[in-house]
Amino acid sequence: MAGSIDHEIALGAVDERQSLPILGHIHEWVVTVDHKRLGIMYIAGGLFFFLVAGLQAATIRLQLAVPDTGIVPPQVFNRLLTMHGTAMVFLVGMPILTGFFNYLVPLMIGARDLAFPRLNAFGFWLWFFGALLLYFSYIGGDGLYGAGSAPDVGWFAYAPLTELPFSRGNSTDYWILSILLTSVGSTATAINIIATAFCLRCEGMTLNKMPVLVWLAIVVAFMMLVALPPLSAAQAMLLLDRFLGAHFFDTQAGGSAILWQHFFWIFGHPEVYILVIPAFAFASEIIPVFSRKVIFGYSVMVAASCAIAFISLSVWAHHMFAVGMTPAGNSFFAASTMLVGVPTGIKIFNWLGTIWGGKLRFKVPMLFNLAFLFQFLVAGLTGIMLAVAPFDWQLTDTYFVVAHFHYVLIGAIVFMIFAAIYYWFPKATGRMLSETLGKWHFWLFLIGFHLTFDTMHFAGLRGMPRRIYTYQPGRGLETLNLIESIGALVQGIAVLVFVINVLCSLRAGKAAGNDPWDAWTLEWSTTSPPPEYNFAEPPVVRSRRPLWDLKHPEDPDWKYE
Amino acid sequence: MRRWWLTIAIAIAVAGCAPVAALANDWGMGDSNSRIPPSSVFDSVSTPAHEINTLAFFVVSITTVIFLIVAGLLTYSIVRFRARPGDDGREPPQVYGSNPIEFAWTTVPVIIVLVLILITARTIYTVQAPARPPGALSVHVIAHQWWWEFRYPGLGIVTANELHVPLSDLQSPTPTFLDLESADVAHSFWVPRLAGKTDVIPNKKNSMWIDPHVAGTYLGQCGEYCGTEHAMMLLRVIVEPRADFDRWVAAEQQPPALDASVGHGRRVFESTACVNCHTIRGTAADGRFGPDLTHLMTRETIGAGVAMNTRDHLKVWVSDPRVMKPGALMPAMNLGDKDLDDLVAYLATLR
Repeated sequence: MAGSIDHEIALGAVDERQSLPILGHIHEWVVTVDHKRLGIMYIAGGLFFFLVAGLQAATIRLQLAVPDTGIVPPQVFNRLLTMHGTAMVFLVGMPILTGFFNYLVPLMIGARDLAFPRLNAFGFWLWFFGALLLYFSYIGGDGLYGAGSAPDVGWFAYAPLTELPFSRGNSTDYWILSILLTSVGSTATAINIIATAFCLRCEGMTLNKMPVLVWLAIVVAFMMLVALPPLSAAQAMLLLDRFLGAHFFDTQAGGSAILWQHFFWIFGHPEVYILVIPAFAFASEIIPVFSRKVIFGYSVMVAASCAIAFISLSVWAHHMFAVGMTPAGNSFFAASTMLVGVPTGIKIFNWLGTIWGGKLRFKVPMLFNLAFLFQFLVAGLTGIMLAVAPFDWQLTDTYFVVAHFHYVLIGAIVFMIFAAIYYWFPKATGRMLSETLGKWHFWLFLIGFHLTFDTMHFAGLRGMPRRIYTYQPGRGLETLNLIESIGALVQGIAVLVFVINVLCSLRAGKAAGNDPWDAWTLEWSTTSPPPEYNFAEPPVVRSRRPLWDLKHPEDPDWKYE
Repeated sequence: MRRWWLTIAIAIAVAGCAPVAALANDWGMGDSNSRIPPSSVFDSVSTPAHEINTLAFFVVSITTVIFLIVAGLLTYSIVRFRARPGDDGREPPQVYGSNPIEFAWTTVPVIIVLVLILITARTIYTVQAPARPPGALSVHVIAHQWWWEFRYPGLGIVTANELHVPLSDLQSPTPTFLDLESADVAHSFWVPRLAGKTDVIPNKKNSMWIDPHVAGTYLGQCGEYCGTEHAMMLLRVIVEPRADFDRWVAAEQQPPALDASVGHGRRVFESTACVNCHTIRGTAADGRFGPDLTHLMTRETIGAGVAMNTRDHLKVWVSDPRVMKPGALMPAMNLGDKDLDDLVAYLATLR
């Protein structure tokens, strides 16, 4: 408790906060332009939608537990899968990762805030109302005539299913407009992160001395700037089709269904890396601290991430191997996709190099991180299988693909989000999350994850397409699907343990102190939580690990870098 | 304490499943499916699927070896370098990197990737670009929301949801080429044991080929999300020896036999909206929106594989298709009991 009192005093705000009524608190958060508060709001908002979209996934698994259940009607099921996918990408992945960068980038480079704090708040509120708009479609989707419905066109909304003849009412319009809004918000954040990292670094922090996380934040921000406009453009074109009689994707009037697919995946594939590179960023901070070793091959890690970003802009049509491209086109995209495997492999090897010769401490963040390494390895290898275009003709749009991208999105990204939450929660709140509950959370989630998604590979190989609301008995799919659903239940329990852990630790967690993990980057040099101005005095650094230099004056990093 | 909690959880789960089991009605499909081997992509009986298989075996072997090596190294280093009790608390030696090692673990993956690219390209060209031999059968596949139309242009046959093709001999192959078109949205033609998917996209002509060399029935279904009933856009491919296939063709080319005893049923059919969407050759019915019913009773299933083709099921389907397939575009026909019975009796004569 002493620690928490300390930080209250450090904040210098005890009296003022106690005197504020609840409305005052809310007002403080609504009008804030502080990067830390906005970061927390992004993460909290993202976690809220994680629970919502997770419950939707649980409903999907309940429906598919046994053949022909009829628990939800087909259209409701199709809305569930569309909302689950859209929400998990745009309302969960993007805000949580943006939130972490918001929170960490200024702290890690010794700055007092992002370069454009108001733009930052603007971006958050665009995202927030965009997110509400997506779920409002459940009420408003049919316009004034019907009971209302959410979009049911799938998260990549292939034309011409989204055109007026096949998608009546306004559900698809809600999908378009809400994603358009959140994309504008993300673009604002991207500009902000680039400006901050390039212009606001503290004295002594050259680009070459930035923490790996900040480097990867820059890479992600540039990818957002390049990848989001094609999606926004395509969505604008779709709106023109739907309301002004344009024919971009209207095949009945000579439009092109393939054009939409190209537009979508020029966004969609870089988007996968926009989501997974932050996971790499977390791993590159957490693995060194819990292995007690400096990151192996700093410049190679940064270069590999840049290489992934560049190559990932030229692989999009591997989502379209089955649309009937020429053999030359298929060969090109197979080749470019496999090339991503090289820098990705380099990253895994460098993490291995960091672990090698260390002294590993298996705290909860490290547990999630180690599971990430194995799961990301599997995801990468099934990715190579999918890059082999002929094999992809069999596997695309089956549960094998569902298994593959959930290995990336959950096995890599969600696992690393949990690792990051356990790692930086003490910094943001001043309190530790419970290790015991954390271990329950980890092991349950791990078991549930593997029950669900390992088996999905085999369902796909046995001919089960994705996005089907039911399947017939007698096709050899019953056992696999039942195991998948049990796994989903176990994952649900794990997330419940996590929620309990967060709520309990917020009220009564152990005090964290400034530097609970004995870490090396600048955010651990200030109080937990940091004051509004982050650092009383702007820090001065001489190496990539300023706190290592401080703790080991006899053997500082700057001698070797 | 924990046991007690587990018991309750199991009881709730069982209680939850009971009504679910009662709801389930597979319209006889479970029995029928279980007599057909599962559609495993590795169980190939046709050249395109077989080529894919050979390549897949190679790729899966390479990736498995990579997995074993890297996961083995990871496991070893996690166990070997764990902090041990009684540790002196000193930091381990800091290693900042090594260019020779980086070079080595860049080069090896580059070589593996190059090999994979070359082998992949070879299979792409083998499967995608074969010439159409003179003896090949051509079938137009037209995908609809949510059923398959098969037209045999040279033979004057139109059928639905069950594709008949001749057995192909490895010595003198008689492949079937499928020209794929869509009537509405994007679909994908997929029969895992015969070939990979090819998307069926409106305003785009795609094609694929199969040369099944084992007779039998193969299950497939739409592989691209296409709206409400995507899950129930099933198809069957029936592969028969040449002689059987020719007999099937001859029978399909005949108009259905007229049976005077079902004259009233036929009048019901011809005087209601049925004729707007369905064709029965030799009658006034020439609609193209729904499946051709000329030889309806030669098909094993109805509703694109949603139910076995029996009189009882037909009756349910005609009176309200949405009982079996909630999103089906065919409306409930709202016929009186007598008309319905007679209509189904008429349909049952369409052999």
